Amino acid sequence: MGGCGGAVTALQVQGLSHAFGARKALAQVSFTVESGSFTVLLGPNGAGKTTLVSLVTGLYYARQGEIRVFGHSFREDPLRALANLGVVFQTPTLDLDLTVAENLAYHGALHNLSRREALARARAELERLGAADRISDKVRSLSGGLRRRVEIARALLHRPKLFVIDEATAGLDVAGRQNLLASVRELCRAGTSVLWATHMLDEVEGDDPLIVLHGGTVRWTGPARRLAPATAFAQTFLEITGERA
Amino acid sequence: MSPGHAFRSLAGISRRELLRLIGQKGRLSAAIVRPLVWLAIFAAGFRAVLGLSIIPPYETYILYEVYIVPGLAAMMLLFHGMQSSLSMVYDREMGSMRVLLTAPLPRWWLLASRLLASTVAVIPLVYVFLLMARLWDVRAPTLGYAAALPALILAGLMLGAFGLALSSLIRQLENFAGVMNFVIFPVFFASSALYPLWRLEEVGPLLAAAAAANPFTYAVELIRFALYLRFEPTAAIVCAVAFAGFLALSVVGYDPGRGFWARRAIE
Repeated sequence: MGGCGGAVTALQVQGLSHAFGARKALAQVSFTVESGSFTVLLGPNGAGKTTLVSLVTGLYYARQGEIRVFGHSFREDPLRALANLGVVFQTPTLDLDLTVAENLAYHGALHNLSRREALARARAELERLGAADRISDKVRSLSGGLRRRVEIARALLHRPKLFVIDEATAGLDVAGRQNLLASVRELCRAGTSVLWATHMLDEVEGDDPLIVLHGGTVRWTGPARRLAPATAFAQTFLEITGERA
Repeated sequence: MSPGHAFRSLAGISRRELLRLIGQKGRLSAAIVRPLVWLAIFAAGFRAVLGLSIIPPYETYILYEVYIVPGLAAMMLLFHGMQSSLSMVYDREMGSMRVLLTAPLPRWWLLASRLLASTVAVIPLVYVFLLMARLWDVRAPTLGYAAALPALILAGLMLGAFGLALSSLIRQLENFAGVMNFVIFPVFFASSALYPLWRLEEVGPLLAAAAAANPFTYAVELIRFALYLRFEPTAAIVCAVAFAGFLALSVVGYDPGRGFWARRAIE
């Protein structure tokens, strides 16, 4: 299910543009992620998804346009905006030489959780994601799929209201992808808003609010099923991104 | 930012720094062995060549080993500051810097916390070296070791901030070798760490002027005077001002709208 209810806007992006030198990465991007929804940001490689995620998480400064997380503007109140955000980046960001527990406790400290509270939440999240038995292991010893689950557990530790995930399933096998996607959809059902950035068409479900990004511009927004019936979804996507098979 | 949040984040960052340092056995042993090699080999060779007159804070003629030890303690802080900047560049390339920079805390606080954590982690190593230097008959007054603590912290913060500012300019890990050659060695050699300023003046006024303008010289002198229970106000002021300046540069360097991240965004 793409929508899990809620009337407040979790993420509002308005007129966002960004350039790398002369090359425009994003041009006048506008969309919203409704509270409690599982919104998919779909685009081929190089569409601008990672740039968009970097802007939405404050890593890049938005010179043009406005970003609001649950009403908090990144320009005016970046700390409140960040407090509501949980992020899993495309590039792995765990410290390989620390244990899973130490990685999560570190994140907890940055988000004002006591060590005891952070570790209790870490155990609960890892349990839910099926990785609790590896809590004392060094991250270096984990498989790619497990590392991703640990990153998700870490991003949820401070109970963010909006969860942004950039190409989290890249490099995982089919079972790993399905498990990860199912875990995040479960989160959405529990009330967390999700922005799921991907280039994988099979990760989109009919009810998901969809944003199609290509060449730095939004090409289409709306429920996925309105874009095309499931049987013709891939063909329609390739047509609107100009990448015919 | 509430005081509780600020303290928790500082404690978390400190714990991570300490765990990382303890996990790097090679770095730990190198940090101790490096100054000992200088003391055991370099100083032994030079003691016969270099005569040292009575200069403050010393009240009598001293062996070259005695003169060089505060400089070597400062060298430990300098190398540690550079290693920390290297790990910042590594964190940036590996992605873990993103975790720090997306925390809901002011960026200046995150950078200052990392700096303080890194400095506090190296101080015990400096004390191990100072105690081992006693094997070479380099013995400061007992209270001098306690008096040196604030000097070591201020010098460590200043040199760490210097590394932090540099790390905001270095784009790739591979460029760090260049930094070693073009920054660390000139900073170390053009200072009063190995020779007193009057000796450098005899060699050449340009070198003496460079040493006199080098903040590292003041870090060395601050430690030297503190070890012998003397306070050097000029050195303390220069270190404090340089610390503030380098930290400000780092904050700008890591600002998403101005520094590295902004350059990354427009390249």
